[in-house]
Amino acid sequence: MVDPARVLGFLDPFGRWDPTLAFVLAGAVAVSGCGTLVRLRMRRPLFGERFDLPASRRIDERLLSGAAIFGIGWGLAGFCPGPALADLSLGLPAVLVFVGAMVVGMWIHRLTTRPSPKPDAAALRGAS
Amino acid sequence: MMVQPDIGPALSGGALIGAASVLLLLADGKIAGISGIVAFLLGRPKSGTGWRIAFLVGLLAGPPLVAALAGHALNITVAATWPTLVAAGLLVGYGTRLGSGCTSGHGVSGLGRLSPRSIAAVLSFLATAAATVFVMRHVLGHVS
Repeated sequence: MVDPARVLGFLDPFGRWDPTLAFVLAGAVAVSGCGTLVRLRMRRPLFGERFDLPASRRIDERLLSGAAIFGIGWGLAGFCPGPALADLSLGLPAVLVFVGAMVVGMWIHRLTTRPSPKPDAAALRGAS
Repeated sequence: MMVQPDIGPALSGGALIGAASVLLLLADGKIAGISGIVAFLLGRPKSGTGWRIAFLVGLLAGPPLVAALAGHALNITVAATWPTLVAAGLLVGYGTRLGSGCTSGHGVSGLGRLSPRSIAAVLSFLATAAATVFVMRHVLGHVS
């Protein structure tokens, strides 16, 4: 997964298709699934107070468009956040360029996103 | 035409990724979503940094450890040009924040809990990623 060539090979079923990543994902999800079975039997994590799981279950436009945009970026260079960070240890300029741009992209999202409106004290009091 | 996959190493590698995710979840109750971890730390938070930094340190130490155990350096092939890398990085950074996750958060953790949001996200990014590769390689003729 840290090799973009392998990732892009997996994403290229019309070319020389490399199914390796499918097995990586299968192994990961299988273990993760077992983890879920264990978690469901636990009231709290071993060292924490509670399980910090995403609360939202809505499949909304932000989720789908965000994932779609991420996918385009992934398909362009074959890097996603985890492997790109792991690859930093290789000292390749290309990886630094990608990670740098990724940080900028995250920052642009933060700058351009208004937080969802929360009721303020005045609104709750009924003030106009 | 298909490349012969290295099934053993792929499954084991994947299982290790899954194990890392499970360990973080059962021990600390946190989701190992890398884009979320990075974005959180970029916000210069005053707390909640411990486990996140530790996780990233472990992540960065992975390849050198594997190289040491294998006895040779890890080799990767990056064919993308720098402009492509910049565009890719921007889209990955922006998209993972908008979409609340990436392959680790949605793909590994989310699918592992059969989260409908994650299933939808994974289908979405797999589709656009494959479409992008198709256009890059087979329409535009880039070597990527």
